[in-house]
Amino acid sequence: MLRKIRIVVSAVLLTLITLFFLDFAEVLSIDWHILEHLQLVPAVLALNGIIIVALVVLTLLFGRIYCSSLCPLGVYQDVVSRLRKWTMKRKNQKRYKFLPPLNWLRYGFLVVMVGAFVAGLHVLVGLLDPYSAFGRMTVHLLKPLYQAGNNLLFSIFTSFGNHTFYKVGIYLLSVSSLIVALVTLATVSILAWRNGRIYCNTVCPVGTTLGLLSRFSLYQIRFDSSACTLCGSCSRNCKSSCIDFKYMTVDSSRCVTCFNCIDSCKESGLKYRLPRKGERWVQRAGEAPAVSARKKKAAEAAVSPMATPTMATVQSAATPTNEPPARRRFLIAMGVTGVAVARLSAEITLKLGAKKDVKRTRPIMPPGAGNFDRFTELCTSCHLCVAKCPAQVIKPSFLDYGIGGMMQPMMNFDHQFCNYDCTICSEVCPTHALAPLTKEEKHHNQMGVVQLYLENCIVYTDETSCGACSEHCPTQAVHMVPYKDSLTIPEIDQAICVGCGGCEYVCPAKPWKAIFVEGLTAHQTIELEFEEVEEHVVDDFGF
Amino acid sequence: MDRRNFLRAAILAGAAFTVKRSGAMTVLSQNMNAAPAASGAGRFDMVAVMGGEPAAMFRKAITEMGGMGLYVKKGQKVCIKPNIGWDKAPDMAANTNPLLVAEIVRQCLAAGASEVTVFDHTCDDWRKCYANSGIEDAAKKAGAKVVPADQESYYRSVTIPKGKVLKTTKIHEAILNADVWINVPILKNHGGAKMSISMKNLMGIVWDRGFFHKNDLQQCIADISSLDRRPALNVVDAYRMMKTNGPRGRSEADVVSSKALFLSHDMVAVDTAATNFFNQVREMPLSDVGHLARAEALGIGTMKLDKLKIRRVKI
Repeated sequence: MLRKIRIVVSAVLLTLITLFFLDFAEVLSIDWHILEHLQLVPAVLALNGIIIVALVVLTLLFGRIYCSSLCPLGVYQDVVSRLRKWTMKRKNQKRYKFLPPLNWLRYGFLVVMVGAFVAGLHVLVGLLDPYSAFGRMTVHLLKPLYQAGNNLLFSIFTSFGNHTFYKVGIYLLSVSSLIVALVTLATVSILAWRNGRIYCNTVCPVGTTLGLLSRFSLYQIRFDSSACTLCGSCSRNCKSSCIDFKYMTVDSSRCVTCFNCIDSCKESGLKYRLPRKGERWVQRAGEAPAVSARKKKAAEAAVSPMATPTMATVQSAATPTNEPPARRRFLIAMGVTGVAVARLSAEITLKLGAKKDVKRTRPIMPPGAGNFDRFTELCTSCHLCVAKCPAQVIKPSFLDYGIGGMMQPMMNFDHQFCNYDCTICSEVCPTHALAPLTKEEKHHNQMGVVQLYLENCIVYTDETSCGACSEHCPTQAVHMVPYKDSLTIPEIDQAICVGCGGCEYVCPAKPWKAIFVEGLTAHQTIELEFEEVEEHVVDDFGF
Repeated sequence: MDRRNFLRAAILAGAAFTVKRSGAMTVLSQNMNAAPAASGAGRFDMVAVMGGEPAAMFRKAITEMGGMGLYVKKGQKVCIKPNIGWDKAPDMAANTNPLLVAEIVRQCLAAGASEVTVFDHTCDDWRKCYANSGIEDAAKKAGAKVVPADQESYYRSVTIPKGKVLKTTKIHEAILNADVWINVPILKNHGGAKMSISMKNLMGIVWDRGFFHKNDLQQCIADISSLDRRPALNVVDAYRMMKTNGPRGRSEADVVSSKALFLSHDMVAVDTAATNFFNQVREMPLSDVGHLARAEALGIGTMKLDKLKIRRVKI
């Protein structure tokens, strides 16, 4: 029963989380981003106290329910394990067996993650966070397929005159992030195929952290020594390889409360329950509860020559059982910033002459990023903003933010520009690396500054009308002023530029644009002044 | 229910029916009276209406012209091309008035159109433009199909025999598949082209607008207006007009409530008239709006309004 509930809940959550990433048509309300906010690493980075406390309490009471149902990467591994089960020829083929924990590795990865965060190597934090890893897999591998499927449906339905579907552009966002997503997918899938949840108990720092708590959780899966016949069915069905049936112990630090063992046990030898009086609260592999001599004998008979009790003994190392550290500003990230600042100070002069190669020297951080340090520190590159941007103008960076910020999102105006009224990326960001903006705040948020190279401008080179840049400018930071004859030519006012990229996207000058947006190390707030509304009475035709 | 009440209800229902359908009924009756005419053969070269609500002004204008039946025949596929370029609400005057679009859709259907499609190649995200302009909703409710235009695959290559610079371009299939199409621009100032009226609105039927901007915008606007498949009717929405910071606009200060509507098959004439109308609020010499004279030179229409039969109505 518990297992069935677990399966249903996990399937629903995985479906919703995945759909939220894929859903470009806003079928799911944007409010569903709460599912992403429930993820542990984003909650810790966003300093979301309520969610952190809720997850800690949940784990202390009931064990790693988080890993079992809330974590999309965890549930994905269950899907892989299930696929393998279906491909197995013999139904009762031996699947899993008890394995000792790989403590050096699992605590090692946790230390690496915390260390990387402190050192400003945010790319490692992002790589190790299971939610972000899942996000990248979904955005870079599944979303293109989802969009292609949509386009196929569009073709079919439209040929019958039904306009329910519309076609969407499918872009390769970033080669590096695609490769990372592929490698993650391969690693996680192979490990899950062979060893169930070994990734969660060896690599995943979130699994390890929650394992430190679940060791002490109130409800645990515990043996009932009077009922157990030492058949070993539980161990064979344990995805976490954490049940040592010979000693009737469950390593609760690695148990993800999937309840498969309980379902597999025909004798009700395992129960999800509170510790009984006189029973050890914390179960440790290799330390058996009082076992009757008969059973001990049976156990010894069942033990294969390879797995001796000494080998199964667990060194439960006294690792600091703390929460991931609180948010801090880190000087190391400043190294990268320093380069950017130096570049910023390089004065851009407007000299008319030969056409000029223009290129952005600093990436543009998406709306709500605030400043470089804050943004790169908090972003785990889950790419939810990349997935949810209706205009598809957010794409993962490569080395634009430096090595530490690899894969973190930046603006790209090749196919579209940032909608003035849209705040979706900042609303959905689960780590608040993009702090939520209201429409009003977005209107005054400067994420980049317009740069104009008149020597590339059509009006200057060809002496014909254009004005495409000004046309797209929501604040008229680019406006047209009188030029030769009745021509008008663009002029810029950097003080009121929001950096939406409309001008850059639309500028028809080739091969080099005459106008583009330069990134900033810190977003600014702009002042917008509007003309007074004048009363005009039009009471004649005028012709 | 006694007999008296029944009769009373019946009479009221009948009256309500006529009231509701009167606009369309006028058109229908005229349709039946009018002999089948080539497009553009209205009673007037242009009808200009002032002082009413968008739908009422259109009803008046089309009735004066001789009825929708002159342009839309029974069973024809009609395409309506408003300006839906921007993610802006109707009162910002960046997009055509949704009430006007809806009324034109209804009239086309009343004239027997088998299908009415509405689209625009937007500048902002098309889904936001379609939704926030109010046009998608209004047109759908009136019975039109609202189709997207954000992908190149919706467009087909067309040659422009009269074009000087623009010899070939890709045009949206909704225009190419329609038997007749109606151009419904909104009257706006434009930073590059000076004015955005019916000819400039044709940039929303093409895929590659960048070519226009890159290769003499004013000439390209004239060239695209010379395409063989020209709009049967141009309805210039000047209920509100954008006097400054066009075509996108920044604030309410750019908008003037002008309550007018101009109707003509001649794009050059109607754009000339609309520019003169605009000139009353903000100076705009016809010579500045380069595409007018260039289009006239291509033989698309005339700027000489005094040679035309123009009906001016104030309601």
